Amino acid sequence: MVPLPLIAARSAWNRRTTLSLVVLSIALSVALLLGVERLRHDARDGFAHSVSGTDLIVGARTAPVQLLLNAVFRIGSASAGMRWQSFADLSAMPQVAWAVPLSLGDSHRGFPVLGTTPDYFDRVRHGRGTPLRFVAGQRFAHLFDAVLGAEVAERLGYRVGQTISLEHGSGAGIVAAHDDKPFTVTGILARTGTPIDRTVHVGLEAIEAIHLDWQGGAPVPGLSIPADMVRKFDLTPKTITAAMVGLHSRAAVFRVQRSVNAYPGEALIAILPGVALDELWSVVAVAETTLLAISTMVVVVGLAGLVAVILAGLNERRRELAVLRAVGASPRQVFALLTIEGLMVTAGGLLLGLALLVAASAAAAPLVQARLGIDLALRGLSTGELGWLAVVAGASLLACLIPGYRAYRLSLADGLTPRL
Amino acid sequence: MTASLRIEALAYAWPGAQAPCLRIDALEIARGERVFLHGPSGSGKSTLLGLIGLVLRPGAGTITLAGQDTGRLSGTARDRMRADHIGVIFQQFNLIPYLSVLDNVLLACRFSARRRAQLQDAGSTPTGEAARLLRQLDLAADHWTRPAARLSVGQQQRVAMARALIGGPELILADEPTSALDAPRQQAFLELLLGECTARGTTLVFASHDRSLARLLDRELDLAALNRAADPDGSA
Repeated sequence: MVPLPLIAARSAWNRRTTLSLVVLSIALSVALLLGVERLRHDARDGFAHSVSGTDLIVGARTAPVQLLLNAVFRIGSASAGMRWQSFADLSAMPQVAWAVPLSLGDSHRGFPVLGTTPDYFDRVRHGRGTPLRFVAGQRFAHLFDAVLGAEVAERLGYRVGQTISLEHGSGAGIVAAHDDKPFTVTGILARTGTPIDRTVHVGLEAIEAIHLDWQGGAPVPGLSIPADMVRKFDLTPKTITAAMVGLHSRAAVFRVQRSVNAYPGEALIAILPGVALDELWSVVAVAETTLLAISTMVVVVGLAGLVAVILAGLNERRRELAVLRAVGASPRQVFALLTIEGLMVTAGGLLLGLALLVAASAAAAPLVQARLGIDLALRGLSTGELGWLAVVAGASLLACLIPGYRAYRLSLADGLTPRL
Repeated sequence: MTASLRIEALAYAWPGAQAPCLRIDALEIARGERVFLHGPSGSGKSTLLGLIGLVLRPGAGTITLAGQDTGRLSGTARDRMRADHIGVIFQQFNLIPYLSVLDNVLLACRFSARRRAQLQDAGSTPTGEAARLLRQLDLAADHWTRPAARLSVGQQQRVAMARALIGGPELILADEPTSALDAPRQQAFLELLLGECTARGTTLVFASHDRSLARLLDRELDLAALNRAADPDGSA
């Protein structure tokens, strides 16, 4: 005895060539919709987890979002540096518990190099306040020591004790190598899922040291200071890119922000990471909404294709419907048959779409992690995603009522002998 | 002799049409009777079969089937009545192309609890009876699991016959079932059908435009004479 859904399944299988294209289009549309949602969610999570435990970020005056992107996410470049004296004054403020300098600009094989103080490893938090942890070695102690983020070590296969050389500039802007002053890897950090994973950390003095015989962003011709000689120079930096600041009391945050913004020595800006992030999201919200609208439309197109294909096939199937009526199927069962068939195609599309999403996330995860520091973790469906799937299934049910109703009308009008 | 089918003061007009295309004052077919319904194409044979088959609803008059006044039945009850009491054989394309031969035959039991119950009473099962019928109609077992669309037209018609007969309905409606067959096969098919109907005491209404087959049946009905609806062409 063949149950009704099985008849619908056999019928769908009989037209699998046409319907598989519909399944594919629904799958792609669903994968796109969920992918956009997931990427958005992961990006927000990733960004929010990267700025944990820091009350203020201070840098040369610029747009808050730009300072945040540069200092925390190593994206873009700072328009100007911040004087060392300014940093010293900032650290001396009574409300300031700690201040960690950040000096960016060099890179190592595509990964950004950050000059900082050993304090950094105590102060920086990620996720919901988790401190940094070493999986191997320890923080830098000597001038040419380097601590690697998890991603750097993994991708380049580095171990503690290995020597590496830095490059001046980053990406396409690399102008020359600092290969005369090699660094020794002294520590490797545990994975954080933040831009720290992609960062090479060195001492602030080391940044100064490798640029001693440089001027205006290029080596000075004829001048070369050997590595063992640099210690004789004053390695206090003249400028840094930005500073991360922790306060004794969060209540003082706006007061400190105001006084930094009014600093007489130079034009500085202090930003609250959370506020700057919100600003960033409000900037990209339009793009997000547009993406979401587009992917919703793609789903609608997919479902419209499904209805069109089933409706188009219906005329050829009027004989089949008449036969079903003749053996006793009610118009309601004919209606159900067509609707079930459409829903099965949608279900196939949803499942394939999820598979595509998982496959695409798995394939893209290393790249996204390396380039954007966003962790596309493999995981179960969130309630939000289940909600979207339910919406698509519901929309499909509504859409499939159309061919169902058409078949119902046809089977009533045709009786036993369809007039073709 | 009890009546299997009784029609009184029947009138039917297609939706939207003013005048009825079919008007029959009285028609009675006895249980077990095998009737040849003759009429040229377009004379309303298919319409009459649609009415008797409870797919179409008459505008006026009554159709009594197996003692039931079918006009009083709801749509669902009419569908159940058709599934239980009537077997239908079309001219061609009788089978669901994506179901196997066996599943096509079993489809009749799928929609009728009564046919299943009758088979059970007879100590058989739907599958067992389907196999018996198919074998009897000379369809070898290696055909059974094939998709119905792979069979020849003659084989398909025999599968349709097995489906109409399974579970012992009272009435078989055959709408030009032999028209797609060549002459020698026509006679063979009809003889098979008549044999089965006689053996089971099944009533048969066999509609065809080809009067050469009429001699094999009990009675011949001329629909052109029976139908009192004024034909637009003037040939009532």
